[in-house]
Amino acid sequence: MSNPYVPLLFLMGVAAVLALGGVAASAIIGPKRYNKAKLEAYECGIEPTPNAVGGGRFPIKYYLVAMTFIIFDIEVVFLYPWAVEFRTLAVFGLVAILAFIAMITVPFIYEWRRGGFEWD
Amino acid sequence: MGALALAATVATETPAVPGIAADFSNDNIWVYLVKAVLIIVFLLTSVLMALWFERRLVARMQVRIGPNVHGPLGLLQAVADAMKLLMKEDITVKMADKVVYILAPMISVFSSLLIYAVIPFGPEVRIPFTDFTTPAQLTDFPVAVLYILACAALGVYGIVLGGWSSGSTYPLLGGVRSTAQIISYELAMGLSLVSVFLLAGSMSTSEIVNQQERFWYALPLLPAFILYVISMIGETNRLPFDLPEAEGELVSGYMTEYSSMKFAWFFLAEYINMLNVSAVATTLFFGGWRAPWPLSAINDGMFNQGWWPILWFLAKVWFFMFIFVWVRGTLLRFRYDQFMKLGWKILIPVALTWLVIVAIYQGVVEFGEIDRQFFIYASLALFVIAILGLVVSSFATKAEPEVAKKTEAEPFDAFAGGFPVPPLPGQQLPPSPRAARRAAAAATAATAVLEVEAEPDTTTKTEGTSGD
Repeated sequence: MSNPYVPLLFLMGVAAVLALGGVAASAIIGPKRYNKAKLEAYECGIEPTPNAVGGGRFPIKYYLVAMTFIIFDIEVVFLYPWAVEFRTLAVFGLVAILAFIAMITVPFIYEWRRGGFEWD
Repeated sequence: MGALALAATVATETPAVPGIAADFSNDNIWVYLVKAVLIIVFLLTSVLMALWFERRLVARMQVRIGPNVHGPLGLLQAVADAMKLLMKEDITVKMADKVVYILAPMISVFSSLLIYAVIPFGPEVRIPFTDFTTPAQLTDFPVAVLYILACAALGVYGIVLGGWSSGSTYPLLGGVRSTAQIISYELAMGLSLVSVFLLAGSMSTSEIVNQQERFWYALPLLPAFILYVISMIGETNRLPFDLPEAEGELVSGYMTEYSSMKFAWFFLAEYINMLNVSAVATTLFFGGWRAPWPLSAINDGMFNQGWWPILWFLAKVWFFMFIFVWVRGTLLRFRYDQFMKLGWKILIPVALTWLVIVAIYQGVVEFGEIDRQFFIYASLALFVIAILGLVVSSFATKAEPEVAKKTEAEPFDAFAGGFPVPPLPGQQLPPSPRAARRAAAAATAATAVLEVEAEPDTTTKTEGTSGD
C-alpha cells in the first residue's frame, strides 16, 4: 500500500505545468505593441483614480465579514471530526457539540443584534 | 498480469486504507500520471463543452439561436475563443504589483484543477484488453472532502490577489467583494455538508458514495441539499450572485486589468469551479456514480458495474451544470446587501438549525431507547406546535412596535461599558464631536453672514422692487 497523498503531487505537477505554460505561451506568441494608454489603469473616460498597490481603500465592512468568518469557520472545522466519529463518541459527543453550538450561537445573535450583519 | 490480478484479490479481502471504500493498491506511478493527465484533459474539454452548452442554452431561453457557425452546431466556438485569447497581447498594467499580478490567475486555475483528484468517477474498472483493475478515481483519503474545501478556499487567493495587485479601483472592489462573498457562502456550504458526514460516518468520497447504496442523501437531507445548491452558486460567483463581476457597477470585477491568457485562466477557473461544485453535489447528495433508481435494479445492478457508472456520474454533473445555466437564464442579479443578508441571516441560521435537528434525530435513533416512529411523530407534533407558536406570537407582537417607538428617545452612551459599542435597534448615537463642532461652526457662520448681510440685503431688496 502506498501513501494516498502521493497521487496529489502528480496532479499538482500537471496543473502547475498547465498554469505556467499557458501564461508563458501567450507571452511568447502574443504581439507586443507599445501604447501608453493601454498600460494605464482602466477607467471609463476620465482620469484614473490614483489607487496604488497597498494604498487602495475599501469599506471596513469587508474586514468585519472576514473576522466573523474566522469564528464560524473554526466552528465548522470542529464539527467535521465530531460528525465523522458520531457513533464512537455517542451521547457524550452529541451533548458536547450541542453545548458548543449553543455557545457559538450566543455571539452570533449578539453580532446580529449589534448590527454586524447589516450592510448599508 | 497474473500476479497483478492475484494482488487485486488479496487486496479486496483486506481494505488498503481503513475507512475508504475504493482500493488503490494496484496503482503505481504511471497509473497516477495517466489518471492525472486524464483528469486535466477531462476538465479542459468539459469547460469547452460547458461554454458552448451555456451559450446555446441561454440563447434558447432568450429566444435566440446562439453560436452556430464554428463547427457542427457551433461546437468549436469555445476552441476558437481560446485560440484567440492565446494570440492576444499579454498586458501588464503600469500600476500592477508585477509578481502577484502574474501569479494570481495561475493560483486560481491551479487550485481549481486539484479538486477532481478525489472525485470518484466510478467504481473499480477493468482496463480493456488487460486484467488490470483500478478505481476510476485518482486518489482518496479519510479527509477527502476537507481537501476539496481547502482547495476551494485556496482559489479565493487568486481572486483577491488579482484584484489587489492590479492597482486599479474596480478590480480592488471586485476582489474584496468576491472574497467576502465566497467566505460567507463557504460557511453555509460547510455547515450543510456536516449532516452528510453524520449519516455517512466518513469524509472519504468513495465511502460516502458507498454509503448511498440504499438511498441518495439528497432525499433524507433535502434541506441540506437545497442549502448546498444555493451556496454553490454563491461560491462560484455565478448569476444571480455574480456581484464581483457586476458589469454595471464594476466593469469586470477582479479581471478588469487582465488580458490574453491571464484573463483566460480566470475564466477557465470559474468554469472549472462550476464543474467542481457540481461534482461535489453529485458525490455527496446524488449518489455519485450510482445509477438512478429504476436502472439500478435492472439485471442485478448491471448498470452499477464496469464503465457504466461514469456515464451516470457525467449525466448528474451536467444536470447540475444545467441548473447553473437555468438559474442564470431565470433570475436577476442580487443587490450586495440583499446577498449578504441571505448568506448570514438566512442560510447560516437555517443550516445550523438543520444540523441540530439531524444530530438530535440521529442521536435519539442510535443511542436512545425510543422507537423511531414515535420519535418522528413526536418531533412532527413539536414542529407544528412551534410553527403555530411563531404565527401566534407574530400576530401578538404586531401591536407592540408603536409602544417601543415611543420610548426610543432615551439617550445612548456608547462608552458606558468602557469601550465603544454600536447602538442597538431603537437607540440613537449622539452626534460625533466633529459633527458637533461642524454644526456649531455652521451655526455661528450663518449668524455672522446674517448680521453682515442684514444691511445690503435691504438695498438689494429695494433695488429688486424698484426694477420691477
